Amino acid sequence: MSTHSLDARRLLCPMPVIKAQNRVAQLQPGDILEVICTDPGARNDIPAWCRINGHRVLDVRQQERDIIIRLEVGSDHD
Amino acid sequence: MANKQYKAVALISGGLDSMLAVRVLQDQGVHVEGINFYTGFCVEGHTHAIRRQDQNKHKRNNALWVAEQLGIKLHIIEVIEEYKNVLLAPKHGYGSHLNPCLDCKSFMVGKALTWMQEHGFDFIVTGEVIGQRPMSQRRDTLPVVARESGAQDLLLRPLCAKLLPPTRPEKEGWVDRERLHNFNGRSRKPQMALAQHYNIKEYAQPAGGCCFLTDASYSHKLADLWQARQHRDYELDDIMLLKVGRHIRPSPDFKLIVGREEGENNYLEGYRHCFTHLRPAACPGATVLVDGNVTEQDLALAARITARFSQHRDRPQVTISITPPGTATRQLEVAPLAPDDIPGAWYL
Ligand code: SF4
Repeated sequence: MSTHSLDARRLLCPMPVIKAQNRVAQLQPGDILEVICTDPGARNDIPAWCRINGHRVLDVRQQERDIIIRLEVGSDHD
Repeated sequence: MANKQYKAVALISGGLDSMLAVRVLQDQGVHVEGINFYTGFCVEGHTHAIRRQDQNKHKRNNALWVAEQLGIKLHIIEVIEEYKNVLLAPKHGYGSHLNPCLDCKSFMVGKALTWMQEHGFDFIVTGEVIGQRPMSQRRDTLPVVARESGAQDLLLRPLCAKLLPPTRPEKEGWVDRERLHNFNGRSRKPQMALAQHYNIKEYAQPAGGCCFLTDASYSHKLADLWQARQHRDYELDDIMLLKVGRHIRPSPDFKLIVGREEGENNYLEGYRHCFTHLRPAACPGATVLVDGNVTEQDLALAARITARFSQHRDRPQVTISITPPGTATRQLEVAPLAPDDIPGAWYL
């Protein structure tokens, strides 16, 4: 299990989701990915994408202009 | 194999039709996953995310939302670069604006075919309905999409399948043709009835189409961009900026992009390293980007227009800060242009 980080700042939705999706595809179940973004739309889109694809959002926090979404890769991803 | 569960990949736009098409197949025990293509022109999120006044509204990506309602996975594929070939030289031309719908559909179904083959799926599904759209969904153009995409008879349209020749999934009994539909024409009544049957109460209703290219004003701005640059090409930033602000072209050599509110101003400021930008020095007002080549005289005009969109527009003189990329800011004192002095034809 390892932790990874993805800088999706200044990208507009759905690009942060696409970047997260493509990165998750390279990770192992149980790995943690921290996505840093600025588009508020990602607050809805990334958790929605996680729900339908079997990943788990651990937390979402705001740090000044950055929104940081931590997710754990689920077991049946492809 | 008697009990094999067949797998279909469905093009999910976020509208009702693809939602219904998936439901019809799920009803028949088919395993469905969704695919959605991001061309850069999709009507999703962007403008909502940029404009401050929209930031508190419920924002969602319709394709993701639909997938969640259907309980299917969704794969979003970014096709920005490849899509340029579709938009810049569509074999079948454009619809009423710069929307190359027929080529676009063939391209997307073709991409879905590749995905299907790579992931061991059996066929492709779309929510297309004969006669629903003037260009890409006519009786004579549906076969064009099947043929030019390479999907041929692996492309199933469950909402109008009974009006089309049987596809392989029907011929081989992967799905029951009798339980598919025969929707036809522009009426939405059959879809509404089917939505009710499936107890689907909420769905997005995209007006006109799934992307900005069906929008007259957007297409006009894109055509203007090509004309001004004297070649037809674009980068993602170009097409994003066409969605933001007022676009004012005082001369063939340059145009101004004027933020309409705080969210747009912030967004435009993100481009200050690429464009000369102007702002009122001592009062709130629009951030203005200059796209093109400007003379000192053009900059003075840009400053007067910036003053016109500042809070001090009624004062005789307003100080405007001008910052070319990578250069120090300088200030210019100008008289705001009167609204009547900006000819209507300058607005794109
Ligand atoms: S509306 Fe846009 S995305 Fe939809 S088929 Fe036409 S060109 Fe393609």
